[in-house]
Amino acid sequence: MSDNSKKWFSLNLNSKTKQSTGSCGCGSTTGGCGSHNNTVEVEQKKDGFEQVFDVKMDRRTAFKQLTASLMIGAGAVSTSCSVIAGDETKEKSQIDWEEQFKGNYKLMTDEEKNATVNRLVRSYQIRTGKTLNMSSKNAEEDVLFGYAFNISKCQGYMDCVSACVEENNQDRNSQMQYIRIHEMKDGNGFNFNEADDNYYHEVPAEGHFYMGTQCFHCDNPPCVEVCPVQATWREDDGLVVVDYDWCVGCRYCMAACPYDGRRFNWGKPEVPEEDVNKNQHYLGNRLRKKGVMEKCTFCIQRSRAGKNPACVDACPTGARVFGNLLDPNSTIRWVLENKKVFRLKEDLGTEPKFWYFMD
Amino acid sequence: MGRLKVLSSLVKDSIGAITHGSKKYHIWMAFLTFVMLVGMYCYSIQLEHGLSVTGMTDRVSWGLYISNFTFLVGVAAAAVMLVMPTYVLKDIDFKQAVLIGEGLAVAALIMCLAFVVADMGGPSVLWHMIPGIGVFNFPNSMLTWDVLVLNGYLFLNISIPFYILYERYQGKTPNPKIYIPGALLSVFWAVGIHLVTAFLYQGLQARPFWNNALLGPRFLASAFAAGPALIILILAIIRTFTAFKIEDKTIKKIALVVTIAAQINLIMLISELFKEFYAPTHHSESAYYLFFGLDGKTALLPWIWTSISLNVIATILLTFHKLRNNFKVLFFACFILFVAIWIEKGFGLIVPGFIPGPYGKIAEYTPTNIEIGVTIGIWALGAFVFTILAKTAIGIEIGKLRYKKE
Repeated sequence: MSDNSKKWFSLNLNSKTKQSTGSCGCGSTTGGCGSHNNTVEVEQKKDGFEQVFDVKMDRRTAFKQLTASLMIGAGAVSTSCSVIAGDETKEKSQIDWEEQFKGNYKLMTDEEKNATVNRLVRSYQIRTGKTLNMSSKNAEEDVLFGYAFNISKCQGYMDCVSACVEENNQDRNSQMQYIRIHEMKDGNGFNFNEADDNYYHEVPAEGHFYMGTQCFHCDNPPCVEVCPVQATWREDDGLVVVDYDWCVGCRYCMAACPYDGRRFNWGKPEVPEEDVNKNQHYLGNRLRKKGVMEKCTFCIQRSRAGKNPACVDACPTGARVFGNLLDPNSTIRWVLENKKVFRLKEDLGTEPKFWYFMD
Repeated sequence: MGRLKVLSSLVKDSIGAITHGSKKYHIWMAFLTFVMLVGMYCYSIQLEHGLSVTGMTDRVSWGLYISNFTFLVGVAAAAVMLVMPTYVLKDIDFKQAVLIGEGLAVAALIMCLAFVVADMGGPSVLWHMIPGIGVFNFPNSMLTWDVLVLNGYLFLNISIPFYILYERYQGKTPNPKIYIPGALLSVFWAVGIHLVTAFLYQGLQARPFWNNALLGPRFLASAFAAGPALIILILAIIRTFTAFKIEDKTIKKIALVVTIAAQINLIMLISELFKEFYAPTHHSESAYYLFFGLDGKTALLPWIWTSISLNVIATILLTFHKLRNNFKVLFFACFILFVAIWIEKGFGLIVPGFIPGPYGKIAEYTPTNIEIGVTIGIWALGAFVFTILAKTAIGIEIGKLRYKKE
């Protein structure tokens, strides 16, 4: 095992070379961070499309062929099922058909990503008569997102939580929340056991301090390893994302996450039509279905468009800092270089990209 | 063409065999069918409303289904304790029991797969997991290993008995050169399925209760106690209700296997308890929850203490030759041992893994009636499959079903 390819901690087994401290851009002063971009390569495994229309074709022709055959199939199904069905019904069933049998987003080409996004937008249009804007923007180069949380500043207002719910179209029925704010007693230190993450009283409460947790977007995420179908993965800009359409709902990732960062749609998620955030990303806040996993994506639809996640913008105390770890002039880099930062459960080797600090 | 003829005649004869039987047999099958239908009705509710109809939540995200799955992998693996003596060590006393053991393995594996499917949030996209068509995250995900080993074991346990019965059906002697390699492979494979299933949990650094080097070995020990215990009970039933001869010697030998496995299991339990409670750390909290309750939350207490008492009583009863050789005592001990390990390797293992949560939150889990309905339905499915397999196998073994050349 070469140590250079891994930036998180690994045992230097059976090797004469000294283990170097991984020159992780996230905290280190060297400019070597750019070299991490290649650590997680998209694996060249074959997905359904390639398997079916094997190697002699390239992916694009294969996809065209597949689409063509699917159209024929879907067309046949829909026309034979209903003679008097309108064009929209036919189109809808065709979209449903293609969506049911599409491949894993992680392995799609840009064209395929576009195609599925277009289908989803069109399907929403047919169903509700409203348009939405869905992006399939890929990770940019030389970007690695990181997050810092100022424990001294947080007062537990939970504006971040409600902003997150609105931004990310979370299920209102089950009151799903990605962020948990833990209310802790002064003098007890970081004692999560005695903390309350479900309080309904006026804040800041006397003699308490607050600490927020969410998905930490680990650089070595255990959830990604255990997924049997690669429905969750780490993007090149460090975001750990889920393809909601590829997830089979086994919840192994949930068991593997040491940070309570993942949420499951136990029932059918519902967002009132007027509350739906129509500015969406395929890997982010698009509407989910029942039986799939979801999680914080650092608001991928915002962060990849150069904005802060909703929680950062909503925080009234400025306790939340977000930015590009590879940009030496970013606030997050300033925090990491000038504050005494720490991370939770570092001994697990997960390398979260979420730091805590105090004034 | 000859083979096809034999095969179709075999299928016809076995359908005849499983549709005809005594009144008790018909009542039994009707009862199982009814329970399965209830289970299917419960599952249809779950399909419609999602897993929200179960007791599982974001805090405890695996429950009764995965618990039963884990336990049944052990039952399936236990067939090896009959296969090895029969085919590898050539112990004639086990010969009568081995087909029953393999049939039990098949039924247990079918239940395992049914439990996994019942636990899935998106059963309609399960094809994503089929290697070649979907994306199979092998070798990173232990769940993919589990899919491979379970299906491989299912194949082995169907093909070997099928070959043997197919030959016997024609009045021939099965050729050991054909089935012995398969039997040998299945011995290692059986250990593999249960170890891999243990690794599924053992490999999670997020859950200290499972992240424990003893988990795999203890899985094996408890499986080799509970599985053969069930086989003894089944053999006792078959002995009473059919013409199939099973000698006392056979049952006594299997009882010895159960005894040793139960003793080893108890030693490992003591080792685990010592580690958790002699110098308790933050990581012992789940064990505290399981055995003593945490923060006034004590849902598992009655279960685990029942399990431990039954476990100890059964092991003591089995340890004394006099008691073990008395069949009434033996059957009682096997029954309570089976129940004890079902609790311990089922929700006694899975649920505390999630409690307390990653940040110390203690949220308890209680299965809903729908969940229990699906679970019982799947057990009925297993019993149904096993009855069919056993009835055909016994018919062929005692010579009632034979190929007739026209």
